Amino acid sequence: MQAVSRRKWISRLGALGVTAGLALGGFFPASAHAQHPIRIGLSIAQTGPLSSGGKSGLVALEIWRDDVNARGGLLGRPVELVVYDDQGNPSMTPGIYTKLLDIDKVDLLVAPYGTNPSAPIIPLVKQRDLLLIGNFALDVNSQIRHDKYFNNQPWASAKDGAAPYLALCRKLGAKTIAILAADAEFAQNIAGGIRAGLKDYDLQPVYDQNYPPNTVEFSSMIRAIRAKKPDAVFVASYPSDSTAIIRSVNEIGIGDNVMLFGGGMVGLQYASIMESLGSMLNGVVNYHTWAPEKSMDFPGIRDFLSRYQPRAKQANADSLGFYLPPFDYAIGQILAQAVTATGSLDHKVLAKYLREHEIKTIVGSIRYGPTGEWANPRMIYVQFRGIADKNLDQFRGAGKQVIVAPDAFKTGEVIPFSQSRN
Amino acid sequence: MSFELLGEAIIAGVLLGCFYAAVSVGLSVAFGLLDVPQIAHPAFLVLGAYGAYYLGGFGVDPLLAGVLLTPVFFLAGLAVYRFYHATFESRGTDAGLRGLAFFFGIAFIVEVALILIFGVDQRSVEAAYIGKSISLGDVRLPMRMLVAVGVALVLTAGLMLYLSRTFTGRAIKAVAQDQTALALMGADPVRIKQWAFGIATGTCALAGALLIIVAPVEPGLGRLYIGRTFCVAVLAGLGSMPGTLAAGVILGIAESIVLTSLGASWAPAVAFGLLLLVLAVRPAGLFGR
Repeated sequence: MQAVSRRKWISRLGALGVTAGLALGGFFPASAHAQHPIRIGLSIAQTGPLSSGGKSGLVALEIWRDDVNARGGLLGRPVELVVYDDQGNPSMTPGIYTKLLDIDKVDLLVAPYGTNPSAPIIPLVKQRDLLLIGNFALDVNSQIRHDKYFNNQPWASAKDGAAPYLALCRKLGAKTIAILAADAEFAQNIAGGIRAGLKDYDLQPVYDQNYPPNTVEFSSMIRAIRAKKPDAVFVASYPSDSTAIIRSVNEIGIGDNVMLFGGGMVGLQYASIMESLGSMLNGVVNYHTWAPEKSMDFPGIRDFLSRYQPRAKQANADSLGFYLPPFDYAIGQILAQAVTATGSLDHKVLAKYLREHEIKTIVGSIRYGPTGEWANPRMIYVQFRGIADKNLDQFRGAGKQVIVAPDAFKTGEVIPFSQSRN
Repeated sequence: MSFELLGEAIIAGVLLGCFYAAVSVGLSVAFGLLDVPQIAHPAFLVLGAYGAYYLGGFGVDPLLAGVLLTPVFFLAGLAVYRFYHATFESRGTDAGLRGLAFFFGIAFIVEVALILIFGVDQRSVEAAYIGKSISLGDVRLPMRMLVAVGVALVLTAGLMLYLSRTFTGRAIKAVAQDQTALALMGADPVRIKQWAFGIATGTCALAGALLIIVAPVEPGLGRLYIGRTFCVAVLAGLGSMPGTLAAGVILGIAESIVLTSLGASWAPAVAFGLLLLVLAVRPAGLFGR
């Protein structure tokens, strides 16, 4: 009897202790919750063909994370990035993002860098009705039209991206155009924008070819283009292809009739490629997102770059950081502004905020249109001028990547390709 | 397509084909003669390219760097084969698949090591013959591709002479035909194969230097060359050096003509279609044993 009574008292005391503990925990939920970080999940190419951009973008996101945490985090909670390497491979991203959601249980999502790896995950986020901040993906939401997708890149569609190039063709009096595009999502999208606009700009296509992504030698295609004597040549290519194409043009020539060459060549924005190609770049007109010209002095951009560049050197990432890094830092700013203003991590609430408000970032103020793209696109086209060989520092100042389109950001008039090569 | 353009496409194809032959000749020895599933061959090419890049930082010409690195790669090849033989080849008939996994593993290790050491950015080298061209009438030929022709001829001719005129070379061809018979004649087949694998790996130094001369490299570039190099080695007829040159040139010309005229998207289909056609008619390859 005595033993049973003792057991009864012990169990009653134990139950009382557990109840008290639960009550205290419930009474102070904020303090326990406050230690739990806000987890932002993403994949980004740290190896593979897009890694040069991806690594630099990741450095920028890490700088943003550190800045935010130094100011006390978001909603009183530290921010944590959960990052995977997708190798720029579209087949890997659905699995990675499923893991981010179901196993890592992240709070917010940022899309992979680039069109190709991003396109496969749009159906996933649409199905689960999740907020997704796009990261330089072209036209991936144009068909699915997910209402919680907000892309961070300065062009709204392939047509918007192509328009300044076509306008330059008109300005130079070009009547014929050759189009060369890689057989992959981004290249096909931007080339599609060019093809869609040919009629409006009275341009006759004299050469229009897609090439497989594993092509290593382009001299045959350059010769074929030269034989057609086009006035303009639009190329949509990826980093290693872009390098090979520029080299081939330099070696075998494209013809003196060509007034405009370039367009959608990924890679000509990367420091390592610009440095290695050097004077071969002269005259090329290519898309970019930011150049160190007066018209692009948004508040905060120079400060960011001065902090990014030493950190990039340590991380073996793009040493200039003009292309993706400012926009990846801005992705952080977009999320921070929405979370702070709404006091919420609810995706519906955040999406509503982003749809209805202007966001202030280091790449300018952003307003979103109905498909989650920038309402006011501003992809720029720069012309390389006066580039010398083996000199990376020359790209830090103005005058080497002259903005020739659109007019709102122009810092110089376009010079015909053949003339600007001398 | 005009006759002039066709002519230029053929010339470009010959140059491209010689490049393909140069980067495949080591595989013709390793896979063609030794039946070693050397899937890491393109990774070793990239390693050779980065070796040339590294020595280029000290002002060494890339071709010279390739020559200087050849003995280093040869010794590495000896070590790799010894490990492969002890761990896989000597352990029975199902070792082939495990051997394939082994070389896949080596390829990934090489790639990741290059990423960790050199980063992911493209790397290139400088030389007097890079970025320039010579004119033959109206046709301009990139000098870097002419270098590819030279290297291909040196490698194939050198290997052909070695395999036919030296005792060890003939032993290597013998071990490919009948290991047991070679053993009965007093030669150790394993040591002969190890020597041959060393030679195959050694060629990756010079061929790798050629790789970075022709185009900038990045650590994952080897994956683009797995299909091409095996295609050339098989099309050639396993183990044939002249066949490797011929197969490379045929592949290069086919690719070049298709890139120029039919539509560049068809290039891989035509290249591998050609391989299937040749194998259907002549299963041993063009110059096969």
